Formats: sequence, C-alpha cells, structure tokens
Amino acid sequence: MASTVIEGYRQVAPHVRTEGDAIVFDANGVYYRQLNDAIRQAVEAGARRIIIENANGQRYIGAGLQVKDLAIEVRGTAGNDLAAFMDGPSIEVFGNAQDGVGNTMASGKVVIHGDAGDVLGYGMRGGRVFVRGDVGYRVGIHMKAYESLVPVVVCGGKARDFFGEYMAGGMLVLLGMNTQFPDDPIAGGFLGSGMHGGVIYLRGAVEPWQCGKEVGIAEASDADIAALTPVLKDYCDSLGLDIDEVLSAPFTRIAPVSHRPYGKMYAYL
Amino acid sequence: MPATFIQPEFRVKIDYDKCHKCGRCVQQCGWGVYDFNERPVPHDEKCRACHRCVTFCPAHCITIERNPLAYRENDNWSAPLRKAVWKQAETGGVLLTSMGNPQPYPRIFDHLLLDACQVTNPSIDPLREPMELRTYLGRKPDAVQVEPDGAGGYRLAEDGGMSRNIELATPIVFSPMSYGSVSLNVHKSLAMAAERCGILMNTGEGGLHEDLYPYQDHVIVQVASGRFGVGPDYLKRGAAIEIKIGQGAKPGIGGHLPGEKINKEVSSTRMIPQGTDAISPAPHHDIYSIEDLRQLIYALKEASGYKPVGVKIAAVHNVAAIASGIVRAGADYIYLDGFRGGTGAAPAVIRDHVGIPVEIAVAVVDQRLREEGIRNHASIVAAGSIRSSADVAKAIALGADVVAIGTAALIALGCHVCQSCHTGSCSWGITTQKPELTRRIDPEWGAERVSNLVHAWSHELQEILGALGVNAIESLRGSRERLRSIGLDEQTNRILGVKPAGM
Repeated sequence: MASTVIEGYRQVAPHVRTEGDAIVFDANGVYYRQLNDAIRQAVEAGARRIIIENANGQRYIGAGLQVKDLAIEVRGTAGNDLAAFMDGPSIEVFGNAQDGVGNTMASGKVVIHGDAGDVLGYGMRGGRVFVRGDVGYRVGIHMKAYESLVPVVVCGGKARDFFGEYMAGGMLVLLGMNTQFPDDPIAGGFLGSGMHGGVIYLRGAVEPWQCGKEVGIAEASDADIAALTPVLKDYCDSLGLDIDEVLSAPFTRIAPVSHRPYGKMYAYL
Repeated sequence: MPATFIQPEFRVKIDYDKCHKCGRCVQQCGWGVYDFNERPVPHDEKCRACHRCVTFCPAHCITIERNPLAYRENDNWSAPLRKAVWKQAETGGVLLTSMGNPQPYPRIFDHLLLDACQVTNPSIDPLREPMELRTYLGRKPDAVQVEPDGAGGYRLAEDGGMSRNIELATPIVFSPMSYGSVSLNVHKSLAMAAERCGILMNTGEGGLHEDLYPYQDHVIVQVASGRFGVGPDYLKRGAAIEIKIGQGAKPGIGGHLPGEKINKEVSSTRMIPQGTDAISPAPHHDIYSIEDLRQLIYALKEASGYKPVGVKIAAVHNVAAIASGIVRAGADYIYLDGFRGGTGAAPAVIRDHVGIPVEIAVAVVDQRLREEGIRNHASIVAAGSIRSSADVAKAIALGADVVAIGTAALIALGCHVCQSCHTGSCSWGITTQKPELTRRIDPEWGAERVSNLVHAWSHELQEILGALGVNAIESLRGSRERLRSIGLDEQTNRILGVKPAGM
C-alpha cells in the first residue's frame, strides 16, 4: 500500500529490529493497521516476545491474538481497545493506556504501569488486567464468569462513575492508592448498578448513595481477604508494589443481593 | 374477592362422541391445558390457541373458539386493553409479550403494487430464460480494480476489490434469533437450510453452539451489548459479524433472557452460569458515539482477520442520518429492522407503539446514501415482517439489497403465531428449551421445510422479475419506478419515492 497519512499516522510497515529473543517494532507515527499486521505476521512466524517502542496511541494492539506463550511489551501510550477479544498473551504497558482495555478479553494478562481510560474490561470473560494508577468511567461493565473463566481486574488508583455496572461475574478490585486525585472519593456514583454476579473489593469505603440499589455493602471478611490475597500478590509482583502496604487498610466487599435483579419486574401476557 | 378478573380468551371444545380418549392432546399441550380424567378435560384459561392439540388430534374432535363475551364489546376499551389493565393491577409488572407487533397500523407493503411490463420493456419467461437472483453482501469498491495482465494491458483484479463480499444465492437471509430464545434444533434447522439455499443464518446474541460449527460459512455471528458467547473463536468462525444496536420489536430496549431459561446447554453457549439472568441492555456501554461504533467495528475486524461487519438497528425517526453515520463508520452492511419485527420477549407497550415501518426506513436510507454518494459502501438488509416474496420484491425495489426473514421461517417450522414465545412453553418446540418440547423439531425435517420456503419464494421472485422485464434481482434494487402506490398520501409517496397508481 502506498505510504499515505491517515489520522496523523503513516500507513507504512513499522521499522523492525531484534533484541535478543525479542522482535522490536518502532511504532512512531505508524498507523495501527500496519503495526498490528506486522505483529500478527511476527507471531505467525514464531515470535514469542515482542516489544513495541514509541507507541503513541495505536489502537487494537493484541486484539484477537490467541497465543498462550506470547509476551508483548508496549513502551509509550497504548491506544483504545488494547487486548480486545484477546485469548492468551500477556501485555505489559510501560506508560498509559486509553479506553477499552481488555474489551471482551477471554484470557491472558495485561499490566499497565500508568493510568487507563474508560470502559476497561468491558464484557471481560477471563484473564487479568492490572492497572497501577487511576481508571476512568464504566470500568468492569458486564464482566462475567463461566466455569474456569473468571476475570480479575485490579485498579491501583481511583475510578469514576459506573464502576462494575451490570457486572455478572469475576472480581473487580479498586485500591485508591496511586492516584492523581487524592481529594476525590475512591469511586464515583452508580457503583455496581445492575450488578447480578461477581464481587467488587474496595480498599476503603463508599457511601450507599454511591452504589446501585442491587448491591449489598459489607466489611470484607477473613474469607474475602483470603480470596483477595493471592490476586493482590500477583498484582504487587507484576507492578513492583508492597503487598503489606496494600493489605494494611480495611477492605469493603460489594456484591449483588440477587442473581435475578429483574426477575419480578415483568408480568407475562 | 376473585383471584383474577381475567377471563379465558379461548374456549376449548371437545366432541366427546368422537374423542378416542387417546390422551394425545394432553401430551401435546405445552401449556398444561388438559387434565385426563377418563377423558381429556380442558382448562380454558391456560389455552394460547396455538393449535398443537387441534393439529395432532387423530379424531379431529377439538375446536378452539374465541370466548364470545369474555369481555363486553367496546371499541374504545378493547378486550386486550382491559386484560392489560387487570394484569397490571394484579402484578404491578411490565407486560411482557412476544412475536411481532399485531396492531392494525396501515401496512405500506399492502399499499404498493409492482408495476409489470408489457411492450416497451417486454416481460421475460423465467421458465426458459436465465434469471439471476444471486447478490452480494458487503462493501463494493468505488471503482473496479484492475491489474496488469503481463502483456501490456490490464485485466480485472482477481476479486475486483470484492473479496470481503459474501455471495448469496438468493436475496434472503434468516433474521437473528438467539439460541435461548429458540431451541437448538431450530438453530440447526436454520443453519442446514442456509447451507442448502446458499444463504446465511444469524446466531442472534446467544453464542454459537458447537453443533453449528460445520455450517459456519453460512452463519453471521452477532455481538450485542452483553457480549454473550463472544470470544475470538466465535468471531473467527462466522462468515460475517453483526453488531446489534437495536431491534425493530423493541427499539432502545436491550435483551433479557430470564434465568429460568438458562439451562446447561444455553449456559455453555452463552458462557454464563446456569440460572442467572442474561441481561444485554441497550446501549452498548462502549458505544456512545459514531466514533465509538467505528472503534468496535474495527476492533472486530482486527480480531477476526477483516471479516465483513454489519450493524443492526431498529427503524426509528432520523434513521437515514444514523445509517449514514454507520456506513461512514465502516460497516459493510446495515440491517434495518422495522416496527413489525418479531421478538422472543419485549414489553408489549414498546413492541406495539415504538418504531417506524421498515418500508419507510429502507426508502429513506437508500435515498440518503445515494445522495451522499456512499450507497456502494454498504449493503442494506431489510427486515421486520417480510411475509411473502412480494414483500421481498417490494423491499428490494424500495432500496434493499437483501431481506431477512424470522417469523416466516418459524412459521415454516410450525409456529402458529400464538405470541407466547416469552413463556418458554412453546408447544411446537420452537421457542422453548424444555427437552420434551424441543425434540418435536427434527433438524432434518426443519431444514427441508425452511429450504422449501426459500426455494418457493425464490421461484416467485423469478416470476416477478420476469413480469417486470428484468433478468437480475440487482436490477430491481432501488428501482422505485417499478412500484406504484394505492391509498397512500402524497407525503408518504414522496418519502418512499413512489408514484401513485395511474401516473
């Protein structure tokens, strides 16, 4: 394809070099389609370690990839829909990620050393997404679990409205620690509204008015902490944080009061 | 106090002189109308007039009648209105119903006539002349693509830029109906029929059961807001991917499969636990703008190796502008579902009062896309109560490339349109997950009946084309000159782009 410019990106194949066992792509100014084509071709050719340098908002990195032992390192800012529909690989972002990280992701692991945007983990089915910093609106919406597929999202900072809305399964954790917004509440409004499965843990407290009417709010029990600890250990190991500090504050457990929130809403004609 | 004011809508009458007392009516009824006490004893209040018992009674001794004065006559406070008020006074619930909108709104299709040719453009005999029904779903290139032929000249590029198009042997596809709303045997029947007819079936938002994998080249996989059954394998299997934004029977309303219908198999196909509600609310919470829609379209393309991606919307006001945005967002086809479209479950008030007819939507969308010079960027699929091959031809003449049929395909499988799919007790084994009922549809038998319907309509379309003096269905597309209206007002004629009869 001719080298044309679209949305400020050049439609050219990225510059490639090798670094040990890794294939390194220079994403500087390269359009997402050419970058992701190059990644898929490298994976098909057997690459199992890929480094993307100078990422500056390219979308769909890792989308639909289905290789279990693939590791992708993103240096810079990952664009929207990072790891969408991904099944297997692990992605580590040394920078921030934009919206839609882990959209309907099936399995794998995404670690973000910076902040992430809105709709993180939409409809996520399995795997883990760890964010060191703050996240935006509508995080963990429609997350769902099925048999061995149980998604886990841990956000180290604070979240905006609609955290865990319509959540149907999995575990969503919000720590409120590494935040740019120390004066804000840990989460916005409508937390867990429409929630009918899974569990949300907050390191700290929320007011009932912040939450959907479908959820119950309780102090985390010893059993909850026992379930949380291995997840937080993985989170801290992945991001180089201190688990004792994370566990040093009380956690709140938020879970749905019913698996059938709309069970009595209808009358059959 | 009486337990209910609601009187039975129907009376089940058994001629006991003829009755064999074989008990078949008792076995056949999914609603539990009959007790057997030396002879079958009906409970009228449970009857849905689905006629399963009538059809299967070997003695032909059952008749079902409307209960004559269950409700005193009144043209304003009709019986259904009074029944609805009483039901809501008893329950406080949103009234849930199913199938398409049954209200007596004018049907525009029935006010349009195909205008035949005689001398100026002579008719064609479809029995002897080749008649082309084949069409292609997907974006068409702005210009034909050529490549050097190696001898100093040029030839048509291998696919002419059409590689992402899906060939359809006839301009009909099956509407999305999820596994969950209908049984697996219905899905199998439709998938097998789609393969035999060279067309497509659509999973709806319930995932793709592994028994359908052999037919995957004839399956559109749907992605709705709940993302049920959606994974990378699912996206890669489908011939095309469809983003469901809205549905004609319930514009602006999401899907909701009640927990009691999520049995083991449905649970595994949707990839959700048994017994939980499958809630797929409107809107998609990652789509709040056309730019967001574009992002999902391209995420699906990236994840699937650039399969065609369509977008299904309900026909509502301003649909032309919405469609323009959807096409510009990169959709390969746009699926317009009119307000008579069927459904497994919808609030009655929405089904019966929200949306616009598909005839209008197709006409204005086709017109708008032409005006903007982007009509070739996406195919248009028209749906929402396509009842006959005449409706197919009229929809195509109004601007559609393809029509989708749902209710018609279910009727071919035995549906008697009793409008009770939401109860999950369909006596015909179609909209139920109860094993004793679902086994009533044998997929081989079902595929045969649905294929017959598609083949019959296709032959009729050939007859219609012959009468119009054209030999390809694609020549009819958007050809409003071949339509004339009767009994439509001037403004509607103008919106449709159709002349009144006599002009």
